[in-house]
Amino acid sequence: MVETRPFLALLRHLVLLAGAGVVLLPVWLAFVAASMSGGDMMNGELGLVPGSQFYANARTVLVDGLRSGGVPPVGLMMLNSLWMALAISIGKIAISLLSAFAIVYFRFPLRKLMFWMIFMTLMLPVEVRIVPTFKVVADFGLLDSTAGLALPLIASATATFLFRQFFLSVPPELAEAARIDGAGPMRFFVDILLPLSRTNIAAMFVILFIYGWNQYLWPLVATTGESHYTVVMGIQRMVAVPDAEPIWNIVMATALLGMLPPVLVVLAMQRLFVKGLVGGDK
Amino acid sequence: MNASAVFKNRSLPYLLIAPQIAVTLAFFIWPAAMAVFQSLLREDPFGLATEFIGLANYVDVLEDPRYLDTVIRSCVLAVVVTAGAMATALVLATMADGVGRGSGVYKTLLIWPYAVAPALAGVLWFLIFNPSIGVVGRGLNRLGVVWNPALDGTQAFVLIVVAAAWKQISYNFVFFLAGLQTIPRAVIEAAAIDGAGPGRRFFTIVLPLLGPTTFFLLVVNLVYAFFETFAVIHATTRGGPNSATETLVFKVFNDGFVGLDLGGSAAQSVILMALVGGLTALQFHFLDRKGAR
Repeated sequence: MVETRPFLALLRHLVLLAGAGVVLLPVWLAFVAASMSGGDMMNGELGLVPGSQFYANARTVLVDGLRSGGVPPVGLMMLNSLWMALAISIGKIAISLLSAFAIVYFRFPLRKLMFWMIFMTLMLPVEVRIVPTFKVVADFGLLDSTAGLALPLIASATATFLFRQFFLSVPPELAEAARIDGAGPMRFFVDILLPLSRTNIAAMFVILFIYGWNQYLWPLVATTGESHYTVVMGIQRMVAVPDAEPIWNIVMATALLGMLPPVLVVLAMQRLFVKGLVGGDK
Repeated sequence: MNASAVFKNRSLPYLLIAPQIAVTLAFFIWPAAMAVFQSLLREDPFGLATEFIGLANYVDVLEDPRYLDTVIRSCVLAVVVTAGAMATALVLATMADGVGRGSGVYKTLLIWPYAVAPALAGVLWFLIFNPSIGVVGRGLNRLGVVWNPALDGTQAFVLIVVAAAWKQISYNFVFFLAGLQTIPRAVIEAAAIDGAGPGRRFFTIVLPLLGPTTFFLLVVNLVYAFFETFAVIHATTRGGPNSATETLVFKVFNDGFVGLDLGGSAAQSVILMALVGGLTALQFHFLDRKGAR
């Protein structure tokens, strides 16, 4: 047996509490700032005790944004973020399921080549191909659109790989049985493979939704009109104000609203999230 | 997969794979090829004339002392963020693994920052380090440290490091905890019976067994610190003061979209592609080994 040491147990809890505190502190301080009135902020005293204006500030940014800074209502930006995140996650899952199905359950000429082509996208994050990608999307007339925001981020190989791994672990007898019973490939895909993949799809959705919501660089270059801003990217217009202090209570109310949906997703679907991330069968 | 589990159909597989191939070609392969092509050209600022100049853009980029500064800066950022985020996460995961009851609560308390966008993490710490109203910034000034990240490059760099590492702790924590939980109890118990204390057990058994997880996280964290820190930087310091927080990705963006030096920016993009390629190859080397076991 491993020895029990009360001192060590206490130390564990202390370290974990300290860790949780450090992790939580920035968000608490953001909440404190977001709950101050404009006048409180002027006094320059920002401690650990929240004020009473959080609801008012949140309402202001949701409905009005920050007109003086050219920032649209946060409610609108959050809606844009939602469309982008959904388009990325649903689009990526859909095309990945289909292509993984083709790669695992069919043998066709060019299969290897296509597999490697998909694979190569792992080496091309949007950051390294930003200028030419902008040009392509502009040529397609897709700037300032949900499709333009989503398409260049949709085809990464990560989801394709996960589904390929999973399909390979499905007993081949299932496909064989389906074929003997006269089911075509699509019938097998819809009636057998998809239901079996349910948890994997859900786990992938959680990860991709967060990935999509949190995009920054691509929305920054692919949106020109303010009404198309996403919240994660739009906030920089409030922070980077030339020759002036940012209006911190407004900025922090926006930051908190902007992180709320993905944080809620993680907290509500913690188990799926960990599964999607670690990818194990635990 | 054995042959009997394969469907026979001439056109269907192409139809199934077509959407992904189309998007890959249009938005990945084609832009990447254009970057390579563009990097060999010089275009005048009005886009009226282009000429083929071979590798001159690469020579310009690599001979620019500012670019080399940026390379060093990005590497320092990557190493410090990776080390900080991984070490903190390892300590927390080790503690959470052995805590018994309540580990679920700690897990929940520690994993949610994964969902916070890097840009927003930057903004949160930007306030904390604000010299006049931020808790830490004001505190430091009261203690007599002259603190102002808007003027002091090193301090701005510290701000970026802290914000970027803070956001990444939760990701590493999830993986380390999962890795720790696969270590068989019996091994630990055997060592304990043989008289190894908790510290000795950690360094001689737990840490080596976490090797694969650590290696995987190392690559992921380096990629994160090289690429995704752009959002932290752009939303807060904008590369300043005096380029003190300008990274490789920031420079690609800045030279391409602000400076409109398309050839130079494209050459930098191609250099970055080589970097990601190398890191991805490393990761695959690891995945292969994992698959072989």
